[in-house]
Amino acid sequence: MTSADGPEGFEQLAAPASFGHEEAHGRLAPARSGDSALADGQWHRLHPATPLLKGGFALLVILGFVVSNLRDRVIQLFTGNPEFAGQDPITEIYEHGLVGWALLAIAVVISLIVVAFYFSWRMHTFRVTDESVDVRSGILLRTHRQARLDRIQGINVVKPLVARIFGASKLEVTVAGQGANVQLSYLATRAADVLRRDILLRASGVRRERVQADSELTAAPLPLELAGDATEPHSILGDRLNEFLAPELDPDAAPPESVVRIPPGRLIGSLVLSGFTVFMLFALAAVIVGVVNDQFWVLFLLLPGVIASFSFYSSRFLKSLRYSVANTADGIRVGFGLLSTTSDTIPPGRIHAIEVRQPLLWRPSGWWEVRINRAGHSSVKGAAGQGNTTILPVGDFADVQRILALLVPTFTGEEAVGLVTAGATSRGGDGLFVDAPNRAAWLRPFSWRRTGYAIHGGAVVLRRGVVWRELILVPLARIQSLGLQQGPVRRALRLSIAELHTVQGPVSAVLGVIDTAEALTFFERIASAAVYEAGVDTSEHWARGDDESH
Amino acid sequence: MSESSGRLELPDVLWQRVSPKYITVELVSSLITGLIMCAVGLVLFLTVLGGTVWGTLLLAAAVVIALLLVILAPRRARAIGYRMREDDLLFRRGIMFQRFVSVPYGRMQLVDISRGPLARMLGLADLRFVTAAAATGVSLPGLATDDADALRDELVALAESRRSGL
Repeated sequence: MTSADGPEGFEQLAAPASFGHEEAHGRLAPARSGDSALADGQWHRLHPATPLLKGGFALLVILGFVVSNLRDRVIQLFTGNPEFAGQDPITEIYEHGLVGWALLAIAVVISLIVVAFYFSWRMHTFRVTDESVDVRSGILLRTHRQARLDRIQGINVVKPLVARIFGASKLEVTVAGQGANVQLSYLATRAADVLRRDILLRASGVRRERVQADSELTAAPLPLELAGDATEPHSILGDRLNEFLAPELDPDAAPPESVVRIPPGRLIGSLVLSGFTVFMLFALAAVIVGVVNDQFWVLFLLLPGVIASFSFYSSRFLKSLRYSVANTADGIRVGFGLLSTTSDTIPPGRIHAIEVRQPLLWRPSGWWEVRINRAGHSSVKGAAGQGNTTILPVGDFADVQRILALLVPTFTGEEAVGLVTAGATSRGGDGLFVDAPNRAAWLRPFSWRRTGYAIHGGAVVLRRGVVWRELILVPLARIQSLGLQQGPVRRALRLSIAELHTVQGPVSAVLGVIDTAEALTFFERIASAAVYEAGVDTSEHWARGDDESH
Repeated sequence: MSESSGRLELPDVLWQRVSPKYITVELVSSLITGLIMCAVGLVLFLTVLGGTVWGTLLLAAAVVIALLLVILAPRRARAIGYRMREDDLLFRRGIMFQRFVSVPYGRMQLVDISRGPLARMLGLADLRFVTAAAATGVSLPGLATDDADALRDELVALAESRRSGL
């Protein structure tokens, strides 16, 4: 990796990219001059405060710790009481006349740290080309990481509280595979929003002219901001305040409108009525019984857990506040968080399976949860604590229907509504689904009546469970493979297991009981439909299909 | 077993079977597994569970399972089959616990060929078909090395021509 070619290239952040410093990029540069500054195919650096946000604050804390440990010294200085001067190293140094050396050592260490931070920042560069997002980093050990645009599974913009105060955000491009994500931390908040839009625009496969026209309209005044030096002092505070208050500082002309709203009351209710609460009540009961019977060891064993559970509740609550799910041109955007905010964009065709489920405790209030399987997982956890797989932590049935319409756009119409309603709430026997036969009652005594499948609008719909109701949607174009299984018990009952294999996630699309003859129909129908749908699927470049009409 | 209506069977599929030599591999590996099980049972019988009913039961169970493993090994090997259809690869295995899988060619992420020491002696290779879903689990053991190579090349070519996203 040659690091020498870098410095010349960096100076042209805002200048027209005319002198080709690397052949490959030089070719693109003239066409890109009107592009928004960060996605022009050149190498750029991150926000200058990055080292501070990443590790610098820890250093400050350590410094503060050291200083606070020297407070004896300070007290002595004011009181003149030599009693406080003990084995303090400062005293030792002072008494041996080594002050000069000590100061020198401190200065050397601090300047070394500053230089190391500076170089790590300087060597950490990224670029966005028509094919990929690239990141180069490291001083001694250079790494070069590349995410292909047509393989992007999502873009997550995260603003941890401290970074948010400083007007910085973290942008993570998630791709399939373990730890293959490209992380740009940190960027100026506005830069991150613009960059997300530009990456998505490129990934969508929109023609170059449109990319250019769009960016000329919206991104003209940005370069100064992106370079990291905010030159207008009067607006810095206002900018920060605006950024801090706006959950989503979107440069799009019309900010996307959320299709769901979770009232705080419902959020609290959903947390209280969770399986975790049941567990906590048992623990609490054990504590009380233990204390009553003078068995105090129970207290020591369980009480810390009970206390810790409050932090679980509060973090769940804080994270899920201001939850929004919105439709944008480049996919679904899920935003949440009160102090630290997250805004996760999932481009079309990146959702591999959807599960709508209702835990038993939620049934009286009619609440549902929606979870998905996706190939890319952000390193930042979602609102519900898992890897961003919960799309809707809690919502009523109308919310669920609106969300499903966003998640599977082809799954529409009267029949779709009927299927979702029947799949979620019907007790079975409604003729909409191919349900399991009577003899399945041996294996599914309660739910056999509503264990079945249907195919509609480019998706397979499975329903199952009567105590914990579940409705599963798998887009045909995303099915990786499908299988049938049969063991001796099911053979005797002329039943089988039918399964759809998708990428790993919380949703498993498996029907535990299905009539064997139906299973064979299921197998053949879905095998050919999946091949067909995968063939006509254009979501790799989701905007290319309808580009001709513009 | 008679062809009753309850048995899961894909109609009109001519299965291609793996090499008959693979029966040896399956036999030997079953034998090793069985021996280890019996050894563990025996050790427990002689030490911790010495003289108890549980120890006897455990040892008996280990012996029975080991015997079943070995006896059923040839059938297990013969039950493995695959079929390349126009758009997908069909795979089956198991007699008691049957499993059928259909993998569209476009979904293939990689084809893996591996050869264990015994398989190498017999000139066999295992071919694994990997998709983005961990549950797919299609592995064809006991193909003649040349067949495995040819099949791999054919599958890669097919996957290349029908490539689709994730």
